[in-house]
Amino acid sequence: AAVAAAAAMLSLDFLDDVRRMNKRQLYYQVLNFGMIVSSALMIWKGLMVVTGSESPIVVVLSGSMEPAFHRGDLLFLTNRIEDPIRVGEIVVFRIEGREIPIVHRVLKIHEKQNGDIKFLTKGDNNAVDDRGLYKQGQHWLEKKDVVGRARGFVPYIGIVTILMNDYPKFKYAVLFLLGLFVLVHRE
Amino acid sequence: LRKNVEDFTGPRERSDLGFVTFDITADILNGKNGLQTFWNKNALIIFDWNVKQLFLYLSAEYSTKNNALNQVVLWDKIMLRGDNPRLSLKDMKSKYFFFDDGNGLKGNRNITLTLSWNVVPNAGILPLVTGSGHVSVPFPDTYETTKSY
Repeated sequence: AAVAAAAAMLSLDFLDDVRRMNKRQLYYQVLNFGMIVSSALMIWKGLMVVTGSESPIVVVLSGSMEPAFHRGDLLFLTNRIEDPIRVGEIVVFRIEGREIPIVHRVLKIHEKQNGDIKFLTKGDNNAVDDRGLYKQGQHWLEKKDVVGRARGFVPYIGIVTILMNDYPKFKYAVLFLLGLFVLVHRE
Repeated sequence: LRKNVEDFTGPRERSDLGFVTFDITADILNGKNGLQTFWNKNALIIFDWNVKQLFLYLSAEYSTKNNALNQVVLWDKIMLRGDNPRLSLKDMKSKYFFFDDGNGLKGNRNITLTLSWNVVPNAGILPLVTGSGHVSVPFPDTYETTKSY
């Protein structure tokens, strides 16, 4: 009877240990996940500082720059103040009041002595310049409208973000799988 | 190159509108048009395995009282890999209206026309290259009122 009692106590202890260990592992995995998310955010913010652009990587959303860029291509931007805006450059800009950025080429610039600049853009694949796209009464773009200048690009890769935007269920599925993978992975 | 200037109602108010006709001879493949590329190696071959296309544009650069620097693209062309890299265009009219922001074209002695291009790779960096051999063009002191364009 004493042996049975001792065995029963030992098994209870063991169960406690197991429960405790699982909890600790779970907390560890959650912290791990948090670290991954923070590192990703830090890299993104770091890129923002180095390039000077609020959105250093953008996905091309329309076909207005074909055949150079197609929907889904990824563009790498810089927006350093020391780089002046000149014709021929590919700029990514936002029109006041609209959140979707547009990727087009600079067609005309008029710059004053003090550096104030106003410029006009046009998509390579469009027949006319962008005046029709600007706000009512707006004829020119200014530095403040610019998100960045395209310095490099990689084709196709951005399709994933377009898919996630157009099919929210796909986005949730991807996020869910990612989360699951991180939590389950022992590393 | 012939030029005349006409007062024309632009996007708003009256601004100077310039007309330029031009010839372009460029030999892009052999780099005779001058190169200042990022890579500085293989400078003679612009169309290498990683070049998808060149976006060529002819721009006019000048100064006016209103604006210290003006640049206007007069003409552009997309040259795909495989297209004939030798350009020999004569008597071309500008593709886009050459409006000034104000009246700075009249009597402007120094309009510099330059041919440049944007190298679009299959993947990678997007450099802008300026060709050598630019041309300086003056505009006359008077306006023309005949709509002969």
